[in-house]
Amino acid sequence: MAVALVVDRGDNRRFPASEVTVSTTPSTASSPETGTARVKRGMAEQLKGGVIMDVVTPEQARIAEDAGAVAVMALERVPADIRKHGGVARMSDPDMIDGIIAAVSIPVMAKSRIGHVVEAQVLQALGVDYIDESEVLTPADEVNHSDKWAFTTPFVCGATNLGEALRRIAEGAAMIRSKGEAGTGNVVEAVRHLRQIKGEIARLKGLDNNELYAAAKELRAPYELVREVAELGKLPVVLFSAGGVATPADAALMRQLGAEGVFVGSGIFKSGDPAKRAAAIVRATTFFDDPKVIADASRNLGEAMVGINIDTLPESEHYANRGW
Amino acid sequence: MSRPTIGVLALQGDVREHLTALAAADAAAAPVRRPEELAGLDGLVIPGGESTTISKLAVLFGVMEPLRAAIRGGLPVYGSCAGLIMLADKILDPRSGQETFGGIDMIVRRNAFGRQNESFEASVEVAGVEGGPVEGVFIRAPWVESVGAQAQVLAEYGGHIVAVRQGNAMATSFHPELTGDHRVHELFVAAVRAAG
Repeated sequence: MAVALVVDRGDNRRFPASEVTVSTTPSTASSPETGTARVKRGMAEQLKGGVIMDVVTPEQARIAEDAGAVAVMALERVPADIRKHGGVARMSDPDMIDGIIAAVSIPVMAKSRIGHVVEAQVLQALGVDYIDESEVLTPADEVNHSDKWAFTTPFVCGATNLGEALRRIAEGAAMIRSKGEAGTGNVVEAVRHLRQIKGEIARLKGLDNNELYAAAKELRAPYELVREVAELGKLPVVLFSAGGVATPADAALMRQLGAEGVFVGSGIFKSGDPAKRAAAIVRATTFFDDPKVIADASRNLGEAMVGINIDTLPESEHYANRGW
Repeated sequence: MSRPTIGVLALQGDVREHLTALAAADAAAAPVRRPEELAGLDGLVIPGGESTTISKLAVLFGVMEPLRAAIRGGLPVYGSCAGLIMLADKILDPRSGQETFGGIDMIVRRNAFGRQNESFEASVEVAGVEGGPVEGVFIRAPWVESVGAQAQVLAEYGGHIVAVRQGNAMATSFHPELTGDHRVHELFVAAVRAAG
């Protein structure tokens, strides 16, 4: 059980059992500790209020960095093209990831298939700053996600509801994002996931201690994490939105709904003027509560990506159903 | 000054953690995004985040010049990680077009301690902080290559300068705001009080 991996240090942080002796012993100046929960989660805290952009070439990575992205997601095809071309979607070519790492100074993330621990090991060896164990790629394991505590590189995972988010955190995820329906240019699924997660957190806050055990059972999540969320009133890790953001207003909407930052995939480089749209989405993400700034950012952006209505997608092509 | 008002530059980064730490250090803390919100502040924190992004947004939203002027005019400032980079007079390896607020006569190297896999925690002795070392959380952290005559080194780690003070400006490579130990923020709040 995942819960057995988690130890309560009494300071509202959870550490994998293997780290406990290290974390509770004061470290000395000569023994730096890498890959701690604080360092992994803390990295995501630095990205808050920012935009993380999907890029497929070093050139796109530079455009993203110049537009003010806080990080880029290096992948071989953006989700819209994965949908179009079909087939098995896998981790990107290491040469492509190396090229993007060399092109920019902001953090570089990359995707592994769900449960594909070797792809994740390769991404760690390449020195990416964050691994996205992503439903956008074809799952490699239909039962198990990767044991993310086993890595020095932190992980971000998608979730459609609170129970799913907490199961990923129990496995070691240091950041959570909504799943949305990547590659559609339609924000409706991301809105649903974020409202679901925020709503379930709000409900937990109203429960007393007796009720939290049953809530954990219903959520299919470790009791310790459920109690922590009830106390904090938020997830113990950063929560971003992902999937379907195509306009500055979409990004601002996700922030107003409680996302601490925004992933943008196909929405930028599948649009008419990527550099301009990227900068506009960054502006709207920072000033998400200022309609005048969002209006200004929305002017003359050229064509947005065309988009797909979710209800015309066959069930088998719904990425949000991947992972559990 | 009993309870100083200290802003946290909220363009991007770990703003909430700094607001919490400042409140715990007995300051009235408020997020700041616009030039007009600088009025009435007794001090300002530049949070951790991505320095290239913070620099671009600061220019875009017109806070770069007003903040430079305020810091030159003696507004007490504290920056952690990306904030340290933003308070440096010079970056050794800037992205093209990357600007800083300046305020501390020092040269910094971005991501000097490495990428995320090299990010680490270690205890650090900080001059002026009583009660033993602080837990240093270094995330893709910069270090200070060299400081000018006016700047005082507050801490070193692994032979590199990781905390500096010059007049009313203070900066650390690491993130005290992520630890729940508020002594570095208390040191800054004391400096704000002394300046006011």
